[in-house]
Amino acid sequence: MSGIVSYGSYIPRYRIKPEEIARVWGVDPETIRNGIFILSKSVPSPDEDVATISVESARNALRRGGLKGKAIEAIYVGSESHPYAVKPTATIVSAAIGTEFSTFAADYEFACKAGTAGMQNVLGMTNSGIIKTGMAIGSDTSQGAPGDVLEYSASAGGTAMIIGRENVAAEIKSTLSVTSDTPDFWRREGQPYPTHGERFTGEPAYFRHITTASKMMMERMGTKPEDYDYVVFHQPNGKFPTRAAKMLGFSEKQYNEGLLTPYIGNTYSGSMMMGLSAILDVSKGGDRILAVSFGSGAGSDAFHIEVTDEIEKLHDRKVITVRDMLKDVKFLDYAIYAKFKRKIVFGEEIE
Amino acid sequence: MGELSRMWREMPSRYRMQGDRCGNCDQVYFPPREICPVCHRDSIGKMKDVDIDGAGEILSFTVVHEAPPAFLRQKPYIIALVKLKEGPVITGQIVDTLPEEIDIGTKVRSVFRKISEDGKSGVIHYGYKFVPE
Amino acid sequence: MSNVYVIGGGESKYGELWDRSLREIAVEAGLKAVENAGIRTKDLNAIYMGNSLGGLISKQEHLSALMSDYAGIASEHVPSMRIEASTASGGAAFRQAYLSIKSGEHDVVMVGGVEKMTELYGTEIIDITSSLVDREWEAFNGATPAAVAALSARKYMRDFNVKKEALAAISVNDHANASLNENAQYRNKITIEQALSATPIAEPLNLMDCAPMTDGATSVILASEKYLKEHGTKGVRIMGSAISQGPFALHSRKSFYTVEPTIISTKKAMEQANIKHKDISFVEIHDSYSIYGLMALEDLGFVEKGHASEMVENGIGINSNLPVNPSGGLKAKGFPYGAAGVSQIYETYLQLSGKAGKRQIKDATCGLVHNMAGSGAASVVHILGVD
Repeated sequence: MSGIVSYGSYIPRYRIKPEEIARVWGVDPETIRNGIFILSKSVPSPDEDVATISVESARNALRRGGLKGKAIEAIYVGSESHPYAVKPTATIVSAAIGTEFSTFAADYEFACKAGTAGMQNVLGMTNSGIIKTGMAIGSDTSQGAPGDVLEYSASAGGTAMIIGRENVAAEIKSTLSVTSDTPDFWRREGQPYPTHGERFTGEPAYFRHITTASKMMMERMGTKPEDYDYVVFHQPNGKFPTRAAKMLGFSEKQYNEGLLTPYIGNTYSGSMMMGLSAILDVSKGGDRILAVSFGSGAGSDAFHIEVTDEIEKLHDRKVITVRDMLKDVKFLDYAIYAKFKRKIVFGEEIE
Repeated sequence: MGELSRMWREMPSRYRMQGDRCGNCDQVYFPPREICPVCHRDSIGKMKDVDIDGAGEILSFTVVHEAPPAFLRQKPYIIALVKLKEGPVITGQIVDTLPEEIDIGTKVRSVFRKISEDGKSGVIHYGYKFVPE
Repeated sequence: MSNVYVIGGGESKYGELWDRSLREIAVEAGLKAVENAGIRTKDLNAIYMGNSLGGLISKQEHLSALMSDYAGIASEHVPSMRIEASTASGGAAFRQAYLSIKSGEHDVVMVGGVEKMTELYGTEIIDITSSLVDREWEAFNGATPAAVAALSARKYMRDFNVKKEALAAISVNDHANASLNENAQYRNKITIEQALSATPIAEPLNLMDCAPMTDGATSVILASEKYLKEHGTKGVRIMGSAISQGPFALHSRKSFYTVEPTIISTKKAMEQANIKHKDISFVEIHDSYSIYGLMALEDLGFVEKGHASEMVENGIGINSNLPVNPSGGLKAKGFPYGAAGVSQIYETYLQLSGKAGKRQIKDATCGLVHNMAGSGAASVVHILGVD
């Protein structure tokens, strides 16, 4: 059975705190802290974008798996902030890790679940025997309009999952998706920042899709919440995933390990995959994980995952973990943040 | 405006630090060379691709304040001579750190970063930079 | 083989020449040199132009032909060509002219050096000047010429425990000498304190460690021994001439503060001239960055590696044992890239023929000229002397 052969994540080193953003816009920082439970968010450096974050994630995954780029037969990169509107990030990743010329590749977009859509695609290809090993990446340098509530959460990071049939460290026993046309959050072509439906993003969008997909998976697998060691959902803020977990009957012990948004913000396409990466960093053979992403627009991808003893070999290679990347960070003030995020507009001839 | 083939053909070296090893004397070169400066014509046809790991050590560094257009948003930025563990010394940026946090002798490793862009609508050029270990 | 002499020279003002064009200043220097040498343009057997960045800054190539046309001698059909060796273009052009006479092919040759560096606004000029380091493996990654010099400087200062004051002294000396040169770009004297507190450019180098952007042109006229005898002309003899190459990028070199081409060229040129260091009255050195001044004094053999600071502390002024850069050097007379090498030769000619005015070095009989390409990919060394 196919599953996760290796995994790797990357989070930029820079952070900004919500109180610093709130200071600029004259908002009470307590409202933000309590409202969305975010303590800091990651900020890409001016020389980082989805391509560089994807490559760093991919390299961490290869190192952890003891694999060379040539082992990767397919690359799918999910993001809503690809550096090019037309020209795939997947090709850049392919060149940077050194895959063969004969490689399947494409970019995906489905708001915050484009990365997990890639996982399903690679899984389908390995299960059907089209390829032996492929890579799915969820990566974003997401945008929030200045002053908008999204600015407190929209962050940067990525995770690469290598999926294959041999030396599987976490079997993906089943996957399913739900899909509906729900305009909770969108960005029109050519617009710099997304627009969202505020409270409409909650009940009819996030909670309906996440909880439905979770219940469908548990029904399919004949499991109950207590059968899982860990649960991880898409994390647009620090509140939604814990509420969804509680609605479904999961405990703090099950969801805490994968809950990263309070520290790094919402990494969009990287969000659920980053949580899964953090769980795999600490899990052991036999552990069961329920992982459910959510992408606005809207849909959810659910995965029932069972960790094997192979995970020890991955841990033994001592590649940088998600928790490692939460340490030793550098905090920015809003002015430098604005410079880094290109919110300060330079002249035409620059860059 | 902008440059394509000149940048494109260097991708294996810029993206994943592919260098050359002389099949005659075993010396490793990065940036890549088609002729070994030690073996001269004896190396012709014997230079083989070699993957550079990216680990190295700072031999000297500077903080650049007067920057060309492509680097204005990053200034002041650090440029260093980095001795790679395979032997060659190269010139590259040190990022995600402050000048006071590094020194001659600081261990670094390579990362994949954006180097420059051909304006807002042109191609993005990627390559290697270094961060402290 | 014929001895070769410098019989005259001339130059434009050095500085920010907003109202003068590239061709105007080149022609001005050329015509002044012709007049000064007491020849007529039709006497010229060839013209060699040293220029580094005309194609990138003024978008003009083939400057040699353009200059001879605008000097009014297109109908004389004088062979002319541009020589490019980055910031050593001037020295390299001078050497080609020397060789053409030495070979017996020519008797009277003009060497021109010209650069117009203030034509552009913004920071594009920093990218253009970065063409003198390795574009693909230095400049692409953000290394500018100043940054590359700074990499040498930090390593040098660390390894030899040299303080910034020693670097500053090179620039202070240049400014002091330039105050006596009416063609110089910066004629203000500066103190060590002022030099140390200037705006940082590429740490540890600051604005006062870096030669400026300069518009300027200099020409000199070379002639054969035969020509001098036939015309009763006086000149300064070219006693030695050498150019040598080394690894292009700083990172490819064994030492980051040794320019092997300088060592090798010096050895060759001194052998040709059959002189020792003590015979040299003064030097014009390529101090595009102050650190290169210290490195040059060592690579030229005047002092052991790492000890130039002691030499500089003991004095390198016009009245010292070994006056350095009586012209004002690249830092204060100015640094028009392709013209710099010719400018240094012209100063040496003036000093050796007793025409250097207020900055005249007493009893100057032999001068050494050091012109370097970029960060040291090549060095040209010339030794001139009175017969």
